[in-house]
Amino acid sequence: MNLLQIHQRPGVYLVVAAVLLAIGVYGLIRRRTLIGMLIAGELIFSAASLNFMAVNRFFAPDPAVGQIVVLFIMGLAAAEVAIALSVIIAVYRNYRSIHSNDLSELKG
Amino acid sequence: MSTFPFQDAILVAIFALVVGVTIGGALIAALSTRIIRGVSGLMLCCMGLGGLYYFLNSPFLALMEILIYVGAVCVTIVFGVMLSEPDEPAHEESRRHAVLWGGAALLVSLVILGGVAHLGLRGPWQEPAARVSDGSVQAIGLALLTTYSLPFELISIVLLVAILGALVIARSGRTKE
Repeated sequence: MNLLQIHQRPGVYLVVAAVLLAIGVYGLIRRRTLIGMLIAGELIFSAASLNFMAVNRFFAPDPAVGQIVVLFIMGLAAAEVAIALSVIIAVYRNYRSIHSNDLSELKG
Repeated sequence: MSTFPFQDAILVAIFALVVGVTIGGALIAALSTRIIRGVSGLMLCCMGLGGLYYFLNSPFLALMEILIYVGAVCVTIVFGVMLSEPDEPAHEESRRHAVLWGGAALLVSLVILGGVAHLGLRGPWQEPAARVSDGSVQAIGLALLTTYSLPFELISIVLLVAILGALVIARSGRTKE
């Protein structure tokens, strides 16, 4: 394996995407505040986008499709962040806390 | 072919830097105790991802990644941080509990890492016989307005509904008092 051609090998990108996914899942389990969990979710979105882009660059017959899918992922991530932050602010207003241990009752 | 001296070595060094920034930023985002540092780590990670997209022959997506994630998503999260009190609670759970859950989370993420990396490296990937388009910005625009026009319109409706929903949810507690 020629080290000087490493940026043209699909395996590198796929492994980086797997690392991002693993870090995101770890953060999603370990974080105890809602905003921390939101950040970990963004990492998982990024891992999916990178995977799409790598497969799109090396193995897809039409290289425009993966880029369009990643654009859609970015749009959905932006919408998700807006909704999640407004929910977090509403929760903070009711409970004075966004630690996930404190939010244990459904009827507020 | 290489006209600039050490062109390949410089390219590999930039690639290593970009990969390091991506993974380092993700580690900061997932592990730091203060949330504002986590947001900064997410910004670093998205900068590195933009660089990786550039290496993947897509400068348009690289710019979009920085514009949307660093410019919009991370700034919105910073607003959320300012409006609430998001730092991790210190010493809330017992030490045994923390070790148990930390070990379980580490195990799950390592299994996912191993499985996905194995699939990526060993999977039966096949090079395509021929490329239909060149993946340029022009090709993306054409495909967005012809083949993918329905999802394109649906995304705009989803964004509109998300904005309205966010306004309604964030406002509802305020009118009561």
